[in-house]
Amino acid sequence: MTTGTGAPVRVEARGVTLAFGASTVLRDIHVRIEPGEFFALLGPSGCGKSTLLRLIAGFNRAQRGGIFLDGVDISAVPPWERNVGMVFQSYALWPHMSVAENVAFGLEERRLPRQRVRARVAEVLELVGLAEFGGRRPGQLSGGQQQRVALARTLAIEPRVLLLDEPLSNLDARLRHHMRRELLAMQRKLGITTIFVTHDQEEAMTTADRIAVMDQGVVQQVGSALELYDAPASRFVAEFVGTINLVPAGDPLFAALVAEPGGATHAAFRPHSVLLAQRPGDPAHHWMPARVAEREFLGEFIRYRLEAAGRELIADLPHALGSAGFAQGAGASLGIDRTQVRLLGA
Amino acid sequence: MSAPLAAPGAVAPLNAEAGRWSAGQAAVALAIAAFLLAFLIWPVLTVIRVAVTEPDGSLTLSHFGSFFQLSLMRESFANSLYVAGMTVVLATLIAVPLAYITVRFRFRGAILIQTLGVLPLIMPAFMGAAAMQLLFGRSGSVNQLLGQWFGFTLPIMEGLKGVIFVETLHYFPFILLNLSAALANIDSAMEESAQNLGASGWRLFRRIVFPLALPGYVAGASLVFIKVFDDLGTPLVLNVTNMLAPQAYLRVTSIGIEDPIGYVICFILVGFSIAAMAGSAAFLRGRDFATLQRGAAAAPRRDLRPWQAVLAYGWIVGVLLLVLSPHLGILMLSLSKVWSFTLVPEIWTLDNYSVVFRDSTRMITNTFLYCGLAALLDVVIGTAIAYLVLRTRVPGRQWLDHMATVALAMPGVVLGIGYLRTFRDTEIPFTGEALLGSWLIFVLAYTVRRLPYALRSCNAALQQVHLSLEEAAQNLGASRARAIWRVVVPLMAGGILAGFVTSFITAAVEISETILLTSRESLAPMSYGIYLYMQSIAGRGPGAALGVVAIVMVALGTYLSHRFVAARHAQQFMKGQRP
Repeated sequence: MTTGTGAPVRVEARGVTLAFGASTVLRDIHVRIEPGEFFALLGPSGCGKSTLLRLIAGFNRAQRGGIFLDGVDISAVPPWERNVGMVFQSYALWPHMSVAENVAFGLEERRLPRQRVRARVAEVLELVGLAEFGGRRPGQLSGGQQQRVALARTLAIEPRVLLLDEPLSNLDARLRHHMRRELLAMQRKLGITTIFVTHDQEEAMTTADRIAVMDQGVVQQVGSALELYDAPASRFVAEFVGTINLVPAGDPLFAALVAEPGGATHAAFRPHSVLLAQRPGDPAHHWMPARVAEREFLGEFIRYRLEAAGRELIADLPHALGSAGFAQGAGASLGIDRTQVRLLGA
Repeated sequence: MSAPLAAPGAVAPLNAEAGRWSAGQAAVALAIAAFLLAFLIWPVLTVIRVAVTEPDGSLTLSHFGSFFQLSLMRESFANSLYVAGMTVVLATLIAVPLAYITVRFRFRGAILIQTLGVLPLIMPAFMGAAAMQLLFGRSGSVNQLLGQWFGFTLPIMEGLKGVIFVETLHYFPFILLNLSAALANIDSAMEESAQNLGASGWRLFRRIVFPLALPGYVAGASLVFIKVFDDLGTPLVLNVTNMLAPQAYLRVTSIGIEDPIGYVICFILVGFSIAAMAGSAAFLRGRDFATLQRGAAAAPRRDLRPWQAVLAYGWIVGVLLLVLSPHLGILMLSLSKVWSFTLVPEIWTLDNYSVVFRDSTRMITNTFLYCGLAALLDVVIGTAIAYLVLRTRVPGRQWLDHMATVALAMPGVVLGIGYLRTFRDTEIPFTGEALLGSWLIFVLAYTVRRLPYALRSCNAALQQVHLSLEEAAQNLGASRARAIWRVVVPLMAGGILAGFVTSFITAAVEISETILLTSRESLAPMSYGIYLYMQSIAGRGPGAALGVVAIVMVALGTYLSHRFVAARHAQQFMKGQRP
């Protein structure tokens, strides 16, 4: 398997601002994606992540700022000359062409000799495990197979950068997990700089080397999954990446948990840093009485919604064989691990 | 970008309850089936039977033999094929650039193109033909100008060329509308992925855009072919008789209703119509549509570069002038005392209109009576068929749909001749009046012929009404019939109204059947009146005046039906029922 035309490429967005009419979709975006990195753009729908991806592919034009590949501004290069491969969310397989014709398209546009086109098509179909399917029509394939064809079609041209727009959103849950691992394995093998867009934080955290969390056209934070989870830079990131308990400054509980508030606006801690017991225990925890408002059994753990100190708090407690846990409506002692509390907005 | 929310259109799944069907539903289905069998299938089968049997009833091909032995018939056959084929080619040349410009570019003339798409259709081709003769004929305005200034003339209205010219300007909107819809439906990701892989410009169009839009083009082009192949009014007005439809008309009216050659021609017309429709349907079935997927968007419009803008506006204005010319011609003719051998009429007058309103009000009221009743029947039958097909499990319900749609492929000449032959001895029950001598025959003919238009409209409207709305009414105690009446029909109202208007206006300008079925002048509707007036030089003024009345009526109706449909869509968008 050949791996692109050369060494992996660095992708940068420098000060990108983009508006459609009166609504600003991207505001002063600065992102730097290292060569060979598997990078995720994560955010709720409407946050601008797909717009940024399309900007890199050349389908949008920024009002200010630019996209740089290895330091070279490509803003003025039309999409068909960028060699930045994109896999569309809908796959966009052409129904009037067979699978092999779809995959051959980009190679034919590059005027490759027929012999090489045929060899290359066979090679990438083999890579995605569809060697036998070249003669089929896209409509005759399952969703997962269509996705592989779309990927093969893009990889065939040996793009400098691989862009994936919500690559797994059209697949069912089981297939999604499978394709996730496969995508990652393939990216590692090819070493191609890859940017993918998703609204699913689990997807981003399990696959990406680094993640940019976006909201309302602004990059909120860039970091590894661990950094985002353990050190969220803002309330938005804290709430969007995983589940979290937030206690605003000024609340009595805030004072009880935090010794030196600085300028913090919130104290934050994860549900699994909360203990439930019949009576207070470990003194490193802050204990208070609580009542179970709701409980959800999730298998590995039980998620409790608790009323304590006039607030709603969430606690995840591991489930052990034979343990029934606390019943709905029951009273309990709730302990918060002080070492796991972090401050937001400081 | 957005998570793909389920936006399932509103195509209702058949529920388990629909597995049953009631006697009432079956009775409605049977009544409609009987009506279509009697007034559509049976007359057409009669025509075919006469074409392939001896008077004693035995099967024969001898009539086809005598048909092909007549050189006039062979010539007519070839001419009809040539005219229909050339019209498709020329209409394509006009329509393809227009469709591409509207769908893909941002420019201020979009409203002009939309106008272009409807303008020709509001004036029947045969009416346009008379006006085009005055403007583009041998001694028409354009050739007068050319002759005076440049010393040559364009023989554009001579013989078959005239028919092709008039039909092209009349029918190109069918290709324009179908192709525009197909282009607008292409998911933008289809094109963007091609650009992403290195395609642009002409190659992008040839390899991706055109193949994906091809089904829309084929649908439009096959329709144009059939319409032109079957047209009777235009060749007759232009005095071109060596084509199939005029020959069928002349054989049956001059030689007699027994002459088998006319029936052979009808057989050929029906065969070509069905073949063209079946062919295009098979073509469409064979491919996946690249329609918009969930969460996908149509391609964004691009800005025109200056030289592109010049080309685009030039093309649009040129076509617009040509398309407008018959309308202008008719208007000038209706306002002139005499108009021949001059650039524009020399004496202007309103006399023609007073002549029309003095002598021909009967024709206008006839049109309202026939077409109003026919359109009413059409929407009632159309709603019933749509409901039976989409919401019940009555056995054979699909056949109602198929039968009604067959009318689309039936040339007016064939149905007209079929009626003359089938009902020649039929009397109306109780009154004992001959059916062919009564106004009822027009209502029946128009109802059958225009049913497909109303049906399509009712079908679309019913598909927009989600099954749950009807079930909610039933859940709250409304019987099935009450639920239909109080919930389904009101929600379909816009579509039903649009169907009524479409049926009405297309029936009002129908000419082929009308010429054949008009047995005396007191029964004649407007369309026949226009045709009759146009036969004589003196009658052209009043004929044009009557034509203007018809055009205004049709234009108004078209505008109203667009308004109904637009209002319905707006409503649906607000309710968020459409993706």
